[in-house]
Amino acid sequence: MRLTDLANPSRFVALTDRVLPWLAVATLLAFAFGISQAYFAPDDYQQGATVKIMFIHVPAAWLGTFAWVLMSIAGLGTLVWRHPLADVAAKAAAPIGAAFTLMCLLTGSLWGRPMWGTYWVWDARLTSVLVLFLMYLGVIALWRTIDDPTRAARVAAVLTLVGAVNIPIIKFSVDWWNTLHQPASVLRLGGSTIHPTILVPLIVMLVAFTLLFLTLHLAAMRNEIMRRRVRTLLIMQADAATGR
Amino acid sequence: MNLGPHVGFIVSSYVAAIAIVAGLVIWIVFERWHLTRVLDEFEAQGIRRRSGRAQEDNA
Repeated sequence: MRLTDLANPSRFVALTDRVLPWLAVATLLAFAFGISQAYFAPDDYQQGATVKIMFIHVPAAWLGTFAWVLMSIAGLGTLVWRHPLADVAAKAAAPIGAAFTLMCLLTGSLWGRPMWGTYWVWDARLTSVLVLFLMYLGVIALWRTIDDPTRAARVAAVLTLVGAVNIPIIKFSVDWWNTLHQPASVLRLGGSTIHPTILVPLIVMLVAFTLLFLTLHLAAMRNEIMRRRVRTLLIMQADAATGR
Repeated sequence: MNLGPHVGFIVSSYVAAIAIVAGLVIWIVFERWHLTRVLDEFEAQGIRRRSGRAQEDNA
């Protein structure tokens, strides 16, 4: 199968049907390994056992931003190349990205209370992630507001690309401003500052969460293609009923 | 395993994460079930997309 064949929704659905069970099994195995690693990871010398929250908070933050980057690339695919699956990918990614961003905000808040003494501060990193969550809700609302999927895709693609400016703000907010949120400690020039006994489980959990995202996204894309088929059939049925 | 004085925050974080993932999985699985049922109903009524008919003719 050539890569261009995937532009055909029917072929994409057939491929998804074959790939999804394997991806789901890989996700479960990765989580089983990751959670066991996280369980046996030692406490941090400053954070104590609350470091275990990081094993879900960091992957959730990564996926919250990754989903928006994916939607932005898909947005380019819609506006520039008019790829038939680009807007399907973008629409399917939005609720999943929103869910992981919400997870990031909730777990961060639950970590912040014992460590910072507060659930929330209007610090640049926290605020920019909250803005990301609100932008997800805006894009989802936009998709639901416009009935024609082609028009909705174009408008949502423009909003997504404009919103992409928030991604580097999230990433570099801890460097640009004096934030309560700690600076980058996993991906940074000069290497990670995290001890391997905590870094390894964290990376395994990052892989597990990414596999989960891919599984959910492919399944949601397949649903979106089916929803469009239902829409086409409803229009055909209505046309037949009115004799058009 | 001793989760120390902040056990409530750690457990709440994991419960929230599990609830969010479970919500996503249930939503996707339910939607798939619902859409499959609707497409099957159309099929039973003999209403098919042109591309669906063409695929069947080529088979």
